[in-house]
Amino acid sequence: MSNHRESLKTVFVGHVDHGKSTLVGRLFHDTDSLPDGRVEEIRKMCERRGMPFEYAFLMDALQAERDQGITIDTSQIWFKTAKRDYVIIDAPGHKEFLKNMITGAAAADAAILVIDANEGVQEQSRRHGYLLHLMGIGQVTVCVNKMDLVDYSQSRFEAIEQEFRAYLTSIGVAPNHVIPVSGREGDLITGPSKRMPWYLGPSLTEALDGFRVPLPATDQPLRFPVQDVYKFDERRIIAGRIESGTIRVGDTLLFSPINKTAKVRTIEAWNVDQLPMKASAGQSVGITLDEQLFIERGHIASHENQPPVETDVFRAHVFWLGDDALVTGKTYKMKLANAEARVTVQSIDRVIDTGDLSHVQSDRVERNAVAEVTIRSRQMLALDEFRNNQKTGRFVLVDGFDIAGGGIISMEGYADQRSLITVRATNVTKVEAAIGPEERHKRNGHKGGVLWFTGLSGAGKSTIAVATERRLFDKGYQVFVLDGDNVRFGLNADLGFSPEDRAENIRRVGEVAALMAKAGFIVVTAFISPYRSDRDRARAAAGEDFHEIHIDADVATCESRDPKGLYKKARAGEIKDFTGISAPYEAPEAAELTVDTSDLSVEESVARVSAYVDRTFTQT
Amino acid sequence: MDHLDRLESQSVYIFREAFNRLGRVGMLWSLGKDSNVMIWLARKAFLGHVPFPVMHVDTEKKFPEMYEFRDRYIKEWNLNFLSGKCPPIEEMDPSLPPAARSAARKTEGLKNFLAANPFDGIFAGIRRDEQATRAKERVFSPRGATGAWNFRDQPPEFWDQFNTDFPPGTHVRIHPLLHWTEMDIWLYTKREKIPVIDLYFAKNGKRYRSLGDKDITNPVDSNAETLDEIIEELRTTRVSERSGRAMDHEAEDAFERLRADGYM
Repeated sequence: MSNHRESLKTVFVGHVDHGKSTLVGRLFHDTDSLPDGRVEEIRKMCERRGMPFEYAFLMDALQAERDQGITIDTSQIWFKTAKRDYVIIDAPGHKEFLKNMITGAAAADAAILVIDANEGVQEQSRRHGYLLHLMGIGQVTVCVNKMDLVDYSQSRFEAIEQEFRAYLTSIGVAPNHVIPVSGREGDLITGPSKRMPWYLGPSLTEALDGFRVPLPATDQPLRFPVQDVYKFDERRIIAGRIESGTIRVGDTLLFSPINKTAKVRTIEAWNVDQLPMKASAGQSVGITLDEQLFIERGHIASHENQPPVETDVFRAHVFWLGDDALVTGKTYKMKLANAEARVTVQSIDRVIDTGDLSHVQSDRVERNAVAEVTIRSRQMLALDEFRNNQKTGRFVLVDGFDIAGGGIISMEGYADQRSLITVRATNVTKVEAAIGPEERHKRNGHKGGVLWFTGLSGAGKSTIAVATERRLFDKGYQVFVLDGDNVRFGLNADLGFSPEDRAENIRRVGEVAALMAKAGFIVVTAFISPYRSDRDRARAAAGEDFHEIHIDADVATCESRDPKGLYKKARAGEIKDFTGISAPYEAPEAAELTVDTSDLSVEESVARVSAYVDRTFTQT
Repeated sequence: MDHLDRLESQSVYIFREAFNRLGRVGMLWSLGKDSNVMIWLARKAFLGHVPFPVMHVDTEKKFPEMYEFRDRYIKEWNLNFLSGKCPPIEEMDPSLPPAARSAARKTEGLKNFLAANPFDGIFAGIRRDEQATRAKERVFSPRGATGAWNFRDQPPEFWDQFNTDFPPGTHVRIHPLLHWTEMDIWLYTKREKIPVIDLYFAKNGKRYRSLGDKDITNPVDSNAETLDEIIEELRTTRVSERSGRAMDHEAEDAFERLRADGYM
């Protein structure tokens, strides 16, 4: 029965005019897959245009495609071998239609990348190879086509094979096979070619049959994005598709990013004898819960022990298709699984040339380009790294009304903020304070608060903090400095230097500083605290008592000072993820005070901070 | 999950995306085998309900069996049914070949219907394997204010992130069956025991493989009298599904012109 046969989707990609559509047409002809009359129909079309028989007309259905002899949009067609059924996806090779190539390729399980033996490796050959990799299509076979034009030359084939293998290897792709073929003459389509006895590998159809059908990710951690919530009748049904893992009736589900749990009461279904007790990856289902949580489209359900990442910032490898360039600072609508969020491009870290894999700095990514960027959201997001889960580790960006790009996620250098989210006083009854802030203010002669110093290593945070403490103390302020030296050995002795531990370090400092501020102190903290998310959390802890002070100096200035020799070590690669060199510093967007230490002496800097304190902390 | 389960799950996903993301949606019901499967899949998606109107734009030239079928299942499936009429052939573009000109009535009927009943999204049961220009379609296919299909510049569509943002005055055609084949439709019809019009089964050595208007649809040679026999026939046939549809064979670009103008 054909409903039990496996089916594989394969896309044909490659540079324009390298013969993809012709190869597909030939494949259909040689495997006897064309309906009666189709070849005759195509012959007529060619005669009308006064041209030789053109297999490409099978797929190039649009009038404009036939007239121009070029594939404009992607197409799909079905055929079968003795082994299984195939959906063949033809994708355009012209640079102008890259969005259509992506549309076709993204649906595929495997790819045939076609290269013209005469022209050799071209711009789109490399770009398509790169994009296949970016889209997570790991199975690629290369066809060196039009071998008839190079007299079936073995040396020509081997030169192209060597060049392209080297390229694919450098982006981490290992092709399954590299096959010399001729779409026009029909060599190595279904069997060996007498004209290329030197080639001992599989033919095109044998290579197709050698691809594996990807299995649904039933064994991976559960990811069940909420697509909708239905109340058509008395049931409140959470609808969605299980992207990975398995749900069983009775399971406790954790919904992110709201961090609420509930148990699965039923898995609903229509037109079945008995409701199912479990459902797995790939299934579109509806479930009911034992509790009425406020669940919305976009939330992701998982099991408690293997939740997705929660963050408001991440890195991404993106391809851009928009007419308007992707630019730093611009806000886009992001769609990730079923969630939508407003996101801003915080930085474009590098724009990659898919030809030679070199990269440049730029504040814009033009249409059809590929880049690494950092993206920030205004709200907390639930997501995964692409390498851990493809379905919840990729997203698209919408610019205006148009899907303008796609990307895959990495959290390199950034912390999972799940454990950092502070739930404030939900079931703790606050003890009514006997002494109010005004009384402390009166006794001390000033308000309490946090002076949060942030800046690069070597900008002068510690030096200025210590000198400011002295100055303020001498003026009669209750003041205390928190820095790495006095928290890392006690309060935070259990923390290491992973992104999560660094973020937790800052979270604790923020909470302690907030408490001390409430106690009436002016607390000066001196931490690089490079991430905006971490500083925003500290601000949330202290509320209006929080004062962000940017101790500002550029990397070159800091590096020339290098008091602890750290920049030297970072440049030598001895320190990983060093802020400013190999990890980002996210400068404050609206600091209460900026002190530029590349211009100011320590004395002048302290005077600025001290004046700010006089101005801000002593008003009644 | 077997092959049919995967197709079903994808269609359910498409239905649910459209229902959530688009404002007012409705479904075109041609009464044929594909659109019956489409209604069935909607009931799967919405757990027994069809939470939007089901519409038939009537050429008034369908087979009597089709009208009987329609009236019966409106009741049985509890459908919110809307009906529209097509204008006379005299009002159609006379430069079109005769059968295509007749088919164009449906496009105009649909345009008039949509003008009177504005929708943000219309479900249509077309499939990629039916016809080569349909093979180029998107799942969510935006249409201009006139219903025209801009096939030269379609938006990208990947990773099941469909186009759901549109300028005012436009609508989107949603194609929940785009990834199905004729064979899949029959296998699923059999598995799910979905009712179909009797015209699909052979009588006196002829059956209809595809149902359109009486005057421009011809039966094909066949002895397939049961679902199993139809499935067996499709396994071996070399005749294309729409061979009985006159308009497909009149001119190379007849179908493309119809579709560009808004034909399904």
